[in-house]
Amino acid sequence: MCLAIPGKIVDLIPGQLHLGTVEVTGVRRRVDLGLLQDDLPKIGDWVLIHVGFAMTKISEQDAMEQMDLLRMLGETEQAIEEVRGYGLEDSEEHDSAGARAG
Amino acid sequence: MRYVDEFRDPELITKAAEEIRRLADAGKHYRIMEVCGGHTHAIYRFGLKDVLPSNIELIHGPGCPVCVLPMGRIDDGLAVAKQADIVFAAFGDMMRVPGTHGSPFEHKARGTDVRIVYSPADALQLARKNPNRHVMFFAIGFETTAPSTALTIMRAKDEGIQNFSVFCNHVTIIPAIRAILDSPDMRLDAFIGPGHVSTVIGCRPYEWIANTEHLPIVTSGFEPLDLLQSIVMILRQLGDGEARVENQYKRVVPWEGNRAALKVMNEVFQLRPYFEWRGLGFISQSALKLRDEYALWDAEQRFTIPNTRVTDPKSAQCGEVLKGVLKPAQCKLFGKECTPEHPIGALMVSSEGSCAAYYNYEHRKTAAAMVTGIASVA
Repeated sequence: MCLAIPGKIVDLIPGQLHLGTVEVTGVRRRVDLGLLQDDLPKIGDWVLIHVGFAMTKISEQDAMEQMDLLRMLGETEQAIEEVRGYGLEDSEEHDSAGARAG
Repeated sequence: MRYVDEFRDPELITKAAEEIRRLADAGKHYRIMEVCGGHTHAIYRFGLKDVLPSNIELIHGPGCPVCVLPMGRIDDGLAVAKQADIVFAAFGDMMRVPGTHGSPFEHKARGTDVRIVYSPADALQLARKNPNRHVMFFAIGFETTAPSTALTIMRAKDEGIQNFSVFCNHVTIIPAIRAILDSPDMRLDAFIGPGHVSTVIGCRPYEWIANTEHLPIVTSGFEPLDLLQSIVMILRQLGDGEARVENQYKRVVPWEGNRAALKVMNEVFQLRPYFEWRGLGFISQSALKLRDEYALWDAEQRFTIPNTRVTDPKSAQCGEVLKGVLKPAQCKLFGKECTPEHPIGALMVSSEGSCAAYYNYEHRKTAAAMVTGIASVA
């Protein structure tokens, strides 16, 4: 619950401005962008995600460092499990083969 | 420091540690509280205590939301789910937390419809997909998660989804800090301010700590270098006789916070007159409940709540540990009756609780060292 997970915005949902698809280590899930409505992210931007909601825009370098931090804290698996668990869509098929293998 | 080779910038870490030794007055004992449970976890995980001089003591604060939730609230949530035959949806962190008659997982085994969700939005999605079932989201957390719950409730209202409600246990960090400072046996020199909570509330809400209590507070990131730099910033303030709010975690924390998140929280929630914190007792205006406009989505208004009160056993000294009067291992129950597998007190409940963090890293390390020592003697 207290994990801050870095993700890259890879898609915005037409007609549903508050939804976006993020990619976290190859796993793609829909997250809610409503808490960034004053400064909505664009495709290619990086965000920190808490419990399925993008909370802060960050730089790519900070996103990489945040992934490193999760690794150092032994929380990478937990973070990926959380992202896989986001249930706003049935999107298991979006997981890339690389992510499954890795 | 065990993981030093893994760190980025090990040279900078060494420099920061040297700077701390230079700045710390050998004749003084510094007591610095990190408020956030994530910091507590990181401090133990990285073994930061080993690089700090012995006169810098880190006190682990109340910032683990799972730990401070009174057992009676879990009992109430599970009782409502059972009696009303509704879905009890909660984050995975909650699932093994003991209630009087077992954890949510144990209730699930006995037939209550308990589901893990990773987001409040998932709980609402569950309600959309199961229009004949009522889904109650058991909400927990500080300001980091409260805006997400608020926005989810707004979405339920917008869509007119009525088979969804929230059992709200959201708490706010500032009154807890105030309660700790008000306790008579407390003496602190400074605070390491929370990281993620501050992304929402910003740095201004801490100004009273500097201005009225005359204590420095530095919001900090979670990497070892972040935490050491924050301690350097604190020691510089103390050395200059200053007390200010500083932001070490500027790359993530805006000084003004996240206005959109604060707006949705204010739209949906109001302060409760008081709320019980495990280990700290009742604290006034320290928790959130739904506003009357959202009563339809408030589980406490829709269902009959037993209002169970469970007092922690007197032998568990959680309050003293929370205030830094005792170290985790000095509690009579630590590592004996009270372990992460069978938590009796609040701080052993989650990996971010100071007792569980201490047990998982320090206690196991000491135990392993003793075994190794015995083996080498033999």
